[in-house]
Amino acid sequence: MARPESLRIVHLDSFTLLYHRESGITHLLTAPAPEILAALGEAGLNRTALAAKLAAHYDLADFDEAALAERLDELVAAGLVSAA
Amino acid sequence: MRIGPVGFRIGSDWRAPVAALESLYAAYPKPAISDFTVRLFAARPWRRFLRPSVTIEGDFVLPEAAPLPLAQGLLAAEMGMNLQMALGQRHYLLLHASAVERDGRALLMTGLSGAGKSTLAALLAARGWRLMGDEFVLVDPETGLIHAFPRLVSLKNQAIGVVEAAWPEARFGPLMGGTPKGDIRHMVPDAAAVDAMHVPALPALLLFPGYGFAAENRAVPQSEVFVRLTQASTNYVALGERGFDALTRLVKAVPARAIDYPDTDSAIAQVEALWAAL
Repeated sequence: MARPESLRIVHLDSFTLLYHRESGITHLLTAPAPEILAALGEAGLNRTALAAKLAAHYDLADFDEAALAERLDELVAAGLVSAA
Repeated sequence: MRIGPVGFRIGSDWRAPVAALESLYAAYPKPAISDFTVRLFAARPWRRFLRPSVTIEGDFVLPEAAPLPLAQGLLAAEMGMNLQMALGQRHYLLLHASAVERDGRALLMTGLSGAGKSTLAALLAARGWRLMGDEFVLVDPETGLIHAFPRLVSLKNQAIGVVEAAWPEARFGPLMGGTPKGDIRHMVPDAAAVDAMHVPALPALLLFPGYGFAAENRAVPQSEVFVRLTQASTNYVALGERGFDALTRLVKAVPARAIDYPDTDSAIAQVEALWAAL
């Protein structure tokens, strides 16, 4: 995930606003993107570890590995997560 | 001339637009330093003698700033000033909105062209509110306060008659017919607006008016307010993190409602009721 010091995060109702200092871009995120970013942390995780951490913190009744991969790809495309 | 905290220097090849501005802005102070320069000049040297038209130039230039006939030179000057503010303002977060003040607290109104933000601001001013501006609201990123920018109020089409009837004592500029936006007539902000234009106000209520619908109002969620205001801001991106902080602070602090109205009387009644309920 982008370094925490490069992000400003503000929560508004069901959205999370995220200002990325390095790109100057404002992102408007909804669940589960903020939760994924928080779970990844600064050090980052592989997909299996990420899925396990999310499952430990949230009640993932309809967990879908393909959907998580899609969300991750979107965050990579947005420049907020870098693939190892 | 100085409008709110911003100084402008207006130059023109033509005497007429400058004379019109001098007359309409007679009560405004002259700035020591101008932040922006607006130049109106004849589009081609020979045009000055043949078929006069006015081109807008300034510190920042947009290619779409099309030449206007000389009779609309005043409009060209106003558009030039808006353009300079929209493109060049770096100190304040600029919102395309109107604002009026009462008891030190500001009511902001924003929306698409035709939503009635200028008209409602003029009508509220006629009822004793202090007009802070009909086009731009300046948000100070340091304090969160709203600064006034009370330039001439630009009234269009039906709004001209509505405001003339509501405020017969107000001073108006010449009626300009057939502009790209239809008929336009400027209203000069009253002495209360000009005298207090250096006094900022605490933002207290944000409205998104919509004209032509049955009277109704609803709360607008903060995320929607944020998105709408980024669209209403001309310099949100340019301000970077200061813009983000200023806007999120405003959105979190100020209640926002969308109001629909079939006529201006209904709009004013809704505004006064919402204000009283704060």
